[in-house]
Amino acid sequence: MAHDVTPLVRAPRGRAMPIVIVGHVDHGKSTLVGRLLHDTNSLSDAKVAQLRVMSAKRGLDVEWSFLLDALQVERDQGITVDTTQVWFQSSRRRYVIIDAPGHREFLRNMLTGAASADAAILVVDAKIGVSEQTRRHAYLLNLIGLKQVIVAINKMDLVGGDRDRFDGLASEVGEYLAGIGIRPLASVPVSAKHGDNIATASLSMPWYRGPTLVEALDAHESLPPPARGPLRFPVQDVYRFGDRRAIVGRIESGRLSVGDELRFAPHGATSRIASIEAWGRTERQISAEAGDSVALTLEEELFVERGYLASRLDERPFEASAVIAKVFWLDHEPLVAGRRLSLRINTAQYDVAVSAIERVIDVDTLTEATADRVDQNGVALVRLQSKRPMLVDSFASSPRTGRGALVDGYRVVGGCIVERALMTSADSAAERQSAPVVFGSNEENGGAVIWLTGLSGAGKSTLATALHRRLAARGLRSHVLDGDELRRVLSGDLDFSAQARSEPRGLPAGRSRNLPVARSQGPLCPCQCGRDQAVHRCFGALRDTDRSRPCP
Amino acid sequence: MSELDWLEAQSIYILREAYNRIGKPVLLWSLGKDSNVMIWLAKKAFLGSIPFPVMHLDTGLEFPEVYAFRDRYGAEWSLNLIADLCPPIEETDPTLPPASRLSARKTLGLKQALARYGFSGVIAGIRRDEQATRGKERVFSPRAEDGQWDFRDQPPEFWDQFTTEYPAGVHVRVHPLLHWTEIDIWRYIARERIPVVPLYFARDGKRYRSLGEIGITFPIESQAKDIPAIIRELESTREPERAGRAMDHESEDAFERLRVAGYM
Repeated sequence: MAHDVTPLVRAPRGRAMPIVIVGHVDHGKSTLVGRLLHDTNSLSDAKVAQLRVMSAKRGLDVEWSFLLDALQVERDQGITVDTTQVWFQSSRRRYVIIDAPGHREFLRNMLTGAASADAAILVVDAKIGVSEQTRRHAYLLNLIGLKQVIVAINKMDLVGGDRDRFDGLASEVGEYLAGIGIRPLASVPVSAKHGDNIATASLSMPWYRGPTLVEALDAHESLPPPARGPLRFPVQDVYRFGDRRAIVGRIESGRLSVGDELRFAPHGATSRIASIEAWGRTERQISAEAGDSVALTLEEELFVERGYLASRLDERPFEASAVIAKVFWLDHEPLVAGRRLSLRINTAQYDVAVSAIERVIDVDTLTEATADRVDQNGVALVRLQSKRPMLVDSFASSPRTGRGALVDGYRVVGGCIVERALMTSADSAAERQSAPVVFGSNEENGGAVIWLTGLSGAGKSTLATALHRRLAARGLRSHVLDGDELRRVLSGDLDFSAQARSEPRGLPAGRSRNLPVARSQGPLCPCQCGRDQAVHRCFGALRDTDRSRPCP
Repeated sequence: MSELDWLEAQSIYILREAYNRIGKPVLLWSLGKDSNVMIWLAKKAFLGSIPFPVMHLDTGLEFPEVYAFRDRYGAEWSLNLIADLCPPIEETDPTLPPASRLSARKTLGLKQALARYGFSGVIAGIRRDEQATRGKERVFSPRAEDGQWDFRDQPPEFWDQFTTEYPAGVHVRVHPLLHWTEIDIWRYIARERIPVVPLYFARDGKRYRSLGEIGITFPIESQAKDIPAIIRELESTREPERAGRAMDHESEDAFERLRVAGYM
């Protein structure tokens, strides 16, 4: 039953380039897509025949939008409810077109489509002009990092192919786009209904000498995952096979090879890659790059689980307790400060609190203002705080590890990109500049944590101070961090509530990993979970002598 | 990275997410070319052994070649196979057109299996380019208790952050092949040497381009006797893939009705 394979089968080069069509409802996006398919000869005869029947039934000429408006409700109401993907081929490459709905109510579906695109066509009705929704779509494209934009001024037939109208609109859109940092590659006057300047140059607008829409698309670049960036390998799962463990996940950026040394955050343990495991491959795989889903075995058996992030030793992600993020909010219930959400970045999930709404952005006027809430479909700069360190990059430096989804219970309620990380374990220049002293087992940064934990009044601080003196006598620098000092100096805003008391212990653990000096620390740590968290953060550098006390 | 490498990596990522995030998944094996590719990808994702059951929704009306294929590769690929018979046609919605009613048996078969085995997630090999309503799907697509698809209110899905947690009673459909096209499937089958049911290859000037039950699936005119010929045929065809599937053509919204009610 198996079959012979001849080597004649050509695999296409590169992946199909995903492009998204956005803009205000009724400006003709679905029609444009239908026309694009038809004019590039991508439709089957049966499909065109079916289209004629469906159109005639509703008393219409050929309605190209019906190709994508697959749902009865979409055809009957003449609007696109959800995104659709279709494929077409130009002379240069294959494309996946994502038709996104323009109705305000379906912005989440627009984002669903746009988030996977490499380029966008922003459609503007020549007669009606730029609308608030046109600007909102453009703004969100830019926010999610989509910078390759073509402006299609559609329905030019309705304005008699008027050049001045086109010039005016093209410069109005161009100005707005320039304001948010997008330089459109082309602005094309089109009539989707009649096929002007879609795949063939228009005869009715001889004054236009620029590219057709398809030519403009062909001039854009496909954007594969960045193989040249810093290595980012988020752990998706760990599989046991035979007596070995494979760490599986997708490389989001950079590349790796067998023998490379990886550092796993948050605990910071390192190991070389022993092998890249694969089923059904004839030759042994020795390297992989961004976009590849791989299964790695390590030379050392490390504790690693979903949510860990591997990098090279010298190109680490931030380990942030707070981030400033630009959020797009999709939930009908407004976002307010104090709200607790889950932030999902790659395979990690963090419980975060919205500790402040810094500014809300009016995408129409591009002005920013303070506000106490973010409404549905709004954009704002917010501060997100997490007890566990968030393994992130800034979106600008590594987009695929600097963006995430906000989840509330069962629902994805928004998304965000990381503008900057705050309170990271690596952000103290003074700490990094100190000369390293090799101490204990944490060779990488030469520091170690000695953690004294016990009941209040047991003598932890006294012991710590004595130890500090003895270490100094041997020429080893150390620093005592006790609970009182922490609360006073580093965490002035915390009180003695259950939640706040779990925080200061996290800090010495989180902050000490990059410190090149020996130190002792002695805050009271009343529950097992907090101790586990600290063990986690100071992996390998800790001698925990009493772990018998369970969580309250 | 080639197109096929990219598609493969993406599907493996989705399968691994499904396994990690869903309590009790099951993978649907229709025995068609797409679901064979899906099995292959699952073997790659899980390093040779698929850690959850594989289910064939059997109507008893498959072609003999299909049953032969199931018996052979179910064993060869060491699949944990469930192949219960779907409920009879009398139990389907009588207002559906005839061929659609036959297909609706599979929907009932799926509901029966969900109840019988308590699966919380169903991994299905549908593709966006097959049929227009499938073009509207999400990779992780929630279904209400009765299996219904609420296409008006699908969750946002971006940056591979899938909706993976659901209230009790909701199950999730996972679609690892959503991004593939028919021609990608054949190129991958050729590259990986994945076995398929021989009915796909032309005999006496006809071949099956899409495989369903006897009586509602019809062959197309074709001389394509091997994969390179099939790929050449697909590169120049003007006919849609599912032209030979009766249920798609009974009325304008026949397929949409099937899918809303829980069909794959």
